[in-house]
Amino acid sequence: MSLVQISPASKTGPKYWRSLDQAANAPEFRQWVEREFPSTAAEMLDGNSRRTILKLMAASFGMAGLVACSRPEIRFAPQARGQEDYVPGQAYNYTTAIVINGQATGLVIKTYDGRPVKVEGNPDHPASQGAATALMQASVLDIYDPDRSKLVMNAQKESNWEAFSAAAAGLNLGDGAGLRILSEAVVSPTLESLRGQLLAKYPAARWVEFDSVSRENERQGTMLAFGQALNVHPQYDKARVVLSLDQDFLGLDTASPQATKLFSKRRRVEAEEDIERLSRLYVVESQFSLTGANAEHRLRAKGGEVRQFAADLLAGLTAEPAAGEGKRAQFLAAVVKDLKAAGKEALVVAGHRQPAVVHALAHQINQALGANGSTVTFTSAARPDRVDAGIEGLKTLTAAMSAGQVNAIIIVGGNPAYTAPADLDFAAALSKVATSIHLGMHVNETATAAKWHLPEAHYLEAWGDARTSAGVSAIQQPMIDPLYGGKSAIELIAQLAGTPEKGYALVKKFWTAQVSEAAWRKALNDGIIGSGAATVSPTVNAGAIASAAAAAPASAANGVEVAFVPSSAAWDGKYTNNAWMQETPDSMTKLVWGNAALVSPKMARDQQLANGDMVTLAQGKYKVDAAVMIQPGQADGTVTLSMGYGRTRAGSVGNEVGFNANLIRTSDNFWYAPGFTVSKTGGTHVHATTQEHGTMVEPAELGGNTRPVFRETSIEEYRKEPKIIKEMVEVPELVSIHPAVADYTTGYQWGMAIDLGACTGCNACVVACQAENNTPVVGKDQVLRGREMHWLRIDRYYVGDEEDPRAVEQPIPCMQCENAPCEYVCPVAATTHSPEGLNDMAYNRCVGTRYCANNCPYKVRHFNFLNFHKEMPDIMAMVHNPEVTVRMRGIMEKCTYCVQRIQNAKITVKADGRQKEGTPREIKDGDVVTACQQTCPADAIAFGNINDPISRVAKLKKQERNYGLLEELQVRPRTTYLGRLRNVNPELEKEA
Amino acid sequence: MSVVVRQDPQLLGVNPPLIQGGKDFRDVTNDISSITEAKVFETPMKYWIALACTGSVLALLGAMLAYLVANGVGVWGNNRPVGWAWDITNFVFWIGIGHAGTLISAILFLFRQKWRTSINRSAEAMTLFAVMCAGIFPLFHTGRPWRAAYWLFPIPNTDLNMWQNFRSPLIWDVFAVSTYLTISALFWFTGLVPDLATLRDRATGKVKQVVLGFFALGWRGSAKHWRNYEAGYMILAGLSTPLVLSVHSVVSFDFATSVIPGWHTTIFPPYFVAGAVFSGFAMVMTLLIICRYLLNLDNYITIKHLENMNKIILVTGSIVGYAYCTEFFIAWYSGNPYERFTFFNRAFGPYWWAYWMMMTCNVISPQFYWSKTLRRSIPFMFVMSIVVNIGMWFERFVIIATSLHRDFLPSSWGYFRPTWVDISTFIGTFGLFLTMFLLFARFLPMIAMSEVKGVLAHEKHAFAAPGTNQESHEEAPKHA
Repeated sequence: MSLVQISPASKTGPKYWRSLDQAANAPEFRQWVEREFPSTAAEMLDGNSRRTILKLMAASFGMAGLVACSRPEIRFAPQARGQEDYVPGQAYNYTTAIVINGQATGLVIKTYDGRPVKVEGNPDHPASQGAATALMQASVLDIYDPDRSKLVMNAQKESNWEAFSAAAAGLNLGDGAGLRILSEAVVSPTLESLRGQLLAKYPAARWVEFDSVSRENERQGTMLAFGQALNVHPQYDKARVVLSLDQDFLGLDTASPQATKLFSKRRRVEAEEDIERLSRLYVVESQFSLTGANAEHRLRAKGGEVRQFAADLLAGLTAEPAAGEGKRAQFLAAVVKDLKAAGKEALVVAGHRQPAVVHALAHQINQALGANGSTVTFTSAARPDRVDAGIEGLKTLTAAMSAGQVNAIIIVGGNPAYTAPADLDFAAALSKVATSIHLGMHVNETATAAKWHLPEAHYLEAWGDARTSAGVSAIQQPMIDPLYGGKSAIELIAQLAGTPEKGYALVKKFWTAQVSEAAWRKALNDGIIGSGAATVSPTVNAGAIASAAAAAPASAANGVEVAFVPSSAAWDGKYTNNAWMQETPDSMTKLVWGNAALVSPKMARDQQLANGDMVTLAQGKYKVDAAVMIQPGQADGTVTLSMGYGRTRAGSVGNEVGFNANLIRTSDNFWYAPGFTVSKTGGTHVHATTQEHGTMVEPAELGGNTRPVFRETSIEEYRKEPKIIKEMVEVPELVSIHPAVADYTTGYQWGMAIDLGACTGCNACVVACQAENNTPVVGKDQVLRGREMHWLRIDRYYVGDEEDPRAVEQPIPCMQCENAPCEYVCPVAATTHSPEGLNDMAYNRCVGTRYCANNCPYKVRHFNFLNFHKEMPDIMAMVHNPEVTVRMRGIMEKCTYCVQRIQNAKITVKADGRQKEGTPREIKDGDVVTACQQTCPADAIAFGNINDPISRVAKLKKQERNYGLLEELQVRPRTTYLGRLRNVNPELEKEA
Repeated sequence: MSVVVRQDPQLLGVNPPLIQGGKDFRDVTNDISSITEAKVFETPMKYWIALACTGSVLALLGAMLAYLVANGVGVWGNNRPVGWAWDITNFVFWIGIGHAGTLISAILFLFRQKWRTSINRSAEAMTLFAVMCAGIFPLFHTGRPWRAAYWLFPIPNTDLNMWQNFRSPLIWDVFAVSTYLTISALFWFTGLVPDLATLRDRATGKVKQVVLGFFALGWRGSAKHWRNYEAGYMILAGLSTPLVLSVHSVVSFDFATSVIPGWHTTIFPPYFVAGAVFSGFAMVMTLLIICRYLLNLDNYITIKHLENMNKIILVTGSIVGYAYCTEFFIAWYSGNPYERFTFFNRAFGPYWWAYWMMMTCNVISPQFYWSKTLRRSIPFMFVMSIVVNIGMWFERFVIIATSLHRDFLPSSWGYFRPTWVDISTFIGTFGLFLTMFLLFARFLPMIAMSEVKGVLAHEKHAFAAPGTNQESHEEAPKHA
């Protein structure tokens, strides 16, 4: 140990720190600590604890009556007679598709005995390419949510489907002049066709599509720029230089893994020559987004200032921008130069939260660079008649409702009473409609405001289909019969259109009218149908853009600008009641179980705000109280408040968690609301974060060196000295008096390599691991006590200046050390080393001394301090993966490299080899895929047999930038990291 | 015993007799035995009040452990990264307390330190009770003590079909502590045999006679008995002596063999042993001062006994202080950045208050004992004995919790806060300890009568006026 030396700061690169509180050694943190110390109430007795919630959940479920797990009603082959090839207890995978706010992604669902337990991406589907996001991973838990709506409700009273059907038949809608249908963006071809039928039946009816998170601005932007509605498809894999104008395409501005998949193709270094292909990302944004964290260069700007930046950039392409002082001018000059140099390999993307004119400017810049058609393509996004969309559509609708022009409204999914802008007062307008029907999975805010509430089937319970914006469709197959007898949107619309049929019949009828029966079957198998829409090559109308840019109001400079973003956990409120998501730490803030008003350190200093201070955000009559969290990198004078929290009717998990951004979100300022005041209320709130305050930089008294935990360097430096990453710490040779115990040179030797250059920190792996390994949710109170259970966590460190830092993300699974410090200290040998190099846990042998966790340098071992699974409602236990033991209290658990998947692969290749070659064959690279690796949208995780020289992991580990975390401790970690190579612009960053 | 050292009466002030009040053998027997033989109402009321208090605290311990077993370790404040906190702190604390007993019994015996005789019995008893208190924590800190039997002891079992992991220091702990407990109990019991025989002979009731007779093992006080007894006692003392060093050394291995900075240090064994003796003597001091007051034993537990113990406290406290400094020096000198940070963090990190509490109580406060006045002041030494044990508790807390709370990866840093269950459990162990001790003090001879008589005989000669010399070896101690 004493030989270990950390190189001086200059060699280890920039300084890492993790939070301002620590950096400032803040007294408020101390105060918080003191306030919490000692705790006077045991969490078991805490009225708000998660355990109480689960009890309530169990009770509510019990009262509603148990609905047994059942297989889909339409039986293709009756189970009773046995089915060829069907083995009870074995996993079966089916393709399906998920739609989140109009973005379709193809998925593959793993089911056990008709019970969906795990979501994976569909490798054949272009929006997924095998990956799934954290929200998709967690969506499987929603099926088993005991708070789901179970009954048809009429005027808040229990009713049934027959009563509803009778009432629906009795509606006198005439030509439909008083009929409105409100849905989220419709991307289902079957639903579109049924919509056509319904609108044909009621020629005066109108259909409104409203999503609180949508790509409507992008669509408006194309109409402004090109005079036609288009879908925009940035080809991140073709772009060498990317400028994001407030577009968080790696994080909150996309509901599909597609952008990360494409982007990561130019962020990974699989072989030396890939270094030449690495892309460079510039980001202009107000809140510190995941995209900003992955950017080489980032400019803080208010949301309202992005437009001017885009305009200046456009001007700069023709006339050299005036050289100015300050970061913005330097940044602009560098970006202009870089984009021009990249030409058609450049790409400018505009944020979905930015107004149409920014999108139009981006299109114009792309055209000027020659990027249109090269790094960005377009397909048509025409909408049929009588379909309104976006805020304007909703505004018209609520006006008509308030004016009494609407006598029947059907709300298909969504939760407009919660998500609609505050100024529209949707709930009040809804009360003026004689017949309001809400179809939804929960008795939510909208359901209680409507006359009728109908339980909706989960997407894994119902037939349907979904089309991506590029025109590729996928069939949405159910995995299980609706647990609570819900109906899908297509079934409801078909019923209202006068052709009531089961979802299966509707979907099949639609598709077999277009393709053959064989093609339909193939589509079910492949999870993809159709090859996509034809691309169009539009030309920008510069005049229209210029006049729009001139006409648009200048951003209000006074007051604080509040920005609204979907929450990484609750999204826009869809996943508020999903316990997995509630406990998934936000990638940047590491906040769980709530949101916060994010402010910059400078603003906090100016207004004397500390973490956890309650503030009132107010503008005119709109105001909300929220707790402050200081977010380094936040633009000064802005507050970011994520949506999806502060709900009153989300369910027992999500009720009253966080602060409701929709109370101050208005239709005029839907994404960025200037002119707010921020005033302290005097109250405080405790944020639960999974990373405590600490710094990667040693105290100045100790020399201020940086611990070489996250290692990165610039491409320049790496070219000069390829060993720079390895040599950031000196690793003495291991001298041991013990003979080597195991021979790791033969057989399967499992190892993992994580490319820090590719990893974006998106959390998909964290939730995938939770779903695969039955990791419990512990609740806010337990997180505050430091007992979260995620086997795989993502560490976030800030680098550099407190006000305007960079951020890095580092996934930490178990390192499966060859000299594992956890193993020798276990008194009962509950954790031992397998001959294949795995650090195994024998749960039934563990007695819970916690010595192993203490001695783990990475702190990746998690202890069941309480029986976190005990009071889980039975219905929720159905989500458990039967291949993995559920651990009781008093047991240590940790990442196993998904050992169940390794064992399954061994069985599979054995059988496979016997079948094909007569002898069992060896596991090949790709036969074993860990849950984190499988879902990683950036393909940053490589796993396999390190003794197999052609495996991806073995090749990656041969790279010079491969390093073991804390390898100086001689624990010989099997999980290693590939240091990040930053493609910095030397004009903006002199030192590496 | 046969060598009589005559002492100049003028030196009496410097080296006063160990037993005061002109007691003879009969007085010793009467004084000590009467405590155990007293009727309920004859025992001072203050004793029963004290017992009621400690009994209530013992009940609290029972309630807390039941609550823990019912719900899991989560009722304590332990977390990730601080997997061990008050539980193991308390374990090491109590084990340390136990050290003084063996030290006084065995090592001082071997060194022929006669002043030990008045205090050795209670010190040994204290050892036993302290080890009992200590044992609670490894057993219960898993939250599932029913699994302990099969992991603590190498019992053949069918559910595992394997041995314990003998590489784990926790298993070494099990052997070290159980050996220590066994030897200490044997040693204590062996010493009790002659006194039990005395009580047996004085017993009036039939039941008492039978029970005491059984435990007195047929002791008749014959020369042969005495010879065997002396030899056995000497052997047990010889066996116990290495245990004084080994037990706490092994306990320190729990930390020293790990990789965690602040734990991974070779200085731990001697440093832990010195600390254990330090805290053990302080605890003996606390108890004796209380017993002296409660049971009127001023003539047997004299100021000289107490002063001698204070000297040991001064010496061991200084060793501990030296060890603290050495740790810091090595952390700096090693150049190991993690080690450096850990020690910096101890003194100036979020737990700075625990560190400085430890430094004040353990390093600074014993230095007052350079003053003879303070060394002999009973109120001062009573306060000091408690201060030392507070300091030693904090030492263990500092080593365990502050090393864990910030180790290698700053992302996994945390902070430990005790819950009310943590606090109540720790307080509860004092209930167990004091209840056991009070019961012992009331029902067994708290002072080794036979050994005191040996000293008495010796001193009779030593302090006798010149010319009135008597042959001491003829008056070899025996039961009266």
